[in-house]
Amino acid sequence: MLILLPILVPLLTAIVLVGCWTRPSVQRIIALGSSCVQLAVAALLLHQTSTGRIVTIAIGAWPPPFGIVLVADILSALMITVTGVVSVAVMVYSMSGIDANREAHGYYPLLSTLLTGVNGAFLTADIFNLYVWFELLLISSFVLTALGGGKGQLEGAVKYVTLNLIASVVFLTATGVLYGIAGTLSMGDLAARIPAIQHREILGMVAVLYLVAFGIKAAMFPLYMWLPASYHTLPAPVGALFSGLLTKVGVYAFYRMFTLVFPAMDFGMTTLILVISGFTMLVGVLGAAVQYEFRRLLSFHIVSQIGYLLFALGVGTPLALAGGIFYTIHNIIAKANLYLIAGVAARLGGSYDIRKLGGLFSAAPWLGILFLVPALSLAGVPPLSGFWAKLAVIRAGLEREHYLLGAVALITSLLTLFSMSKVWSEVFWKQRDSNPETDADPAQRPIAYQVAPIALLAAITLTLGLFAEPLFALVSDAARQLLDPSAYVDAVLRRAP
Amino acid sequence: MHILLALVTGILFAGGLYLMLRRSIVKLAFGLALIAQAANLAIFTSSGLVRGEPPIIEAGGMRLAAVSSDPVPQALILTAIVIGFALLAFVIVLIKRAAWIVGTDDLDDLRNVDRTAT
Repeated sequence: MLILLPILVPLLTAIVLVGCWTRPSVQRIIALGSSCVQLAVAALLLHQTSTGRIVTIAIGAWPPPFGIVLVADILSALMITVTGVVSVAVMVYSMSGIDANREAHGYYPLLSTLLTGVNGAFLTADIFNLYVWFELLLISSFVLTALGGGKGQLEGAVKYVTLNLIASVVFLTATGVLYGIAGTLSMGDLAARIPAIQHREILGMVAVLYLVAFGIKAAMFPLYMWLPASYHTLPAPVGALFSGLLTKVGVYAFYRMFTLVFPAMDFGMTTLILVISGFTMLVGVLGAAVQYEFRRLLSFHIVSQIGYLLFALGVGTPLALAGGIFYTIHNIIAKANLYLIAGVAARLGGSYDIRKLGGLFSAAPWLGILFLVPALSLAGVPPLSGFWAKLAVIRAGLEREHYLLGAVALITSLLTLFSMSKVWSEVFWKQRDSNPETDADPAQRPIAYQVAPIALLAAITLTLGLFAEPLFALVSDAARQLLDPSAYVDAVLRRAP
Repeated sequence: MHILLALVTGILFAGGLYLMLRRSIVKLAFGLALIAQAANLAIFTSSGLVRGEPPIIEAGGMRLAAVSSDPVPQALILTAIVIGFALLAFVIVLIKRAAWIVGTDDLDDLRNVDRTAT
């Protein structure tokens, strides 16, 4: 029953929120409360699964493999927990960080349906159901992308919507062909049947179709163009939620499908994924180097970070996957935080263009300190969470003699540091030549709501860095579950009462 | 019949992609609609076609006839059609609004936000 709640709570919240459409102040409270409940439920689920137990439920009590089964193993529970953390942060931030116009047009209900889709995608063990959850989170994100938009935002929305719809069509086609040859949609059943299927070449094609579909959603090279074309037009809390969660849903789908259904080794995909990962890391970070729009710069870093996650998947050893999962968690938190910080910097300095900003360290030293935590963590400076994540991934790569890619990862890390120091010197350090044109809106709500979630996420980044051991033990267990999917398959096919 | 449907699927994909590569924003929407239908047809075709054998157990029988059509792909397609319809409706509203605000229906002109200096 517990496993249903991460989907039910945001869904019911969305319905309730639509019911009080005209009262944004009530919506804020309900949405925040709902996020807190989700986080609590997720933490409970994580506690249940952390011993290695796999929690399942068959929807409608249809016997597997015919019905849809929801499954929570450590990876799913971890992802849901991080989703809960980010959603709480975004809801608190939205208390004062989103304009009244968006609030009046369904901002909170849309966030809730988006979270429903994200949680559903993390929990389902049915490939077609995964498609449906993807569509739910996509359509919510489509509307959020276009909501309240001026010129730039609508242009970004057209690109975002088009490329993501193509990804959905590819995903759907792959699923149809896969059903045609395997005769089942349950991931557990697929994992059990696929080794015996004769048409390897068709399976290989289906695997490549999934690579493209998830690749667009995860923004991997060379399919990432939609991301830096649209994310920088979003208001900060929406950008934080998208950058933290949406691409990572694609990455989660990669980790799940290419360990469970298409073990990457069996389909000759390893080399492909590794080559792509190298390009993704480099292209992303080089793209960021020339950017001066705060959010656009961060968008390119999202792409770059996806490269590390694919690198870990391509290496595929227990250490690599553990590092990859650790990296995902660290990245979601650090990245969402940087977007929120960009929002506060723009509120204080009146612009997202880092050349126009400046002198924020003397105006708001606390923001500078809070910026340094996720920024240095993203670059992989010890002892922050990014350091351990990078250490594990790169070390696993070197153990398997991927020296070139190890070097690329290290160079990318260095360039990330360069990029972050550019932001630091432009936004916080340099003298400001002109006075800030801040909109002194008397109706503006207290900035404390915006700073509190930033401080919370920074504290989590610090904690994950200083006390990495418990989480690392947990992600190592998660990696073992991924690499030996028999327990997962058993849990899906033979449902515990 | 399989070959015919496979050809139609291919033509729909090709036509849809061709339309999407044109510069007109309206053709973009048509292209998306076409490839969505192509995907549905691909599901329908790849799971095997059986003619005139509904998956219904005869009165008094205990199991299906050895050859009967599979209802699952049709359920999938039905779901996909509904989702595709909703998405297409949204896309049409979006591009209408975007063309209105940006003041052009040429996709090549939608690059204001891509310039590094804004």
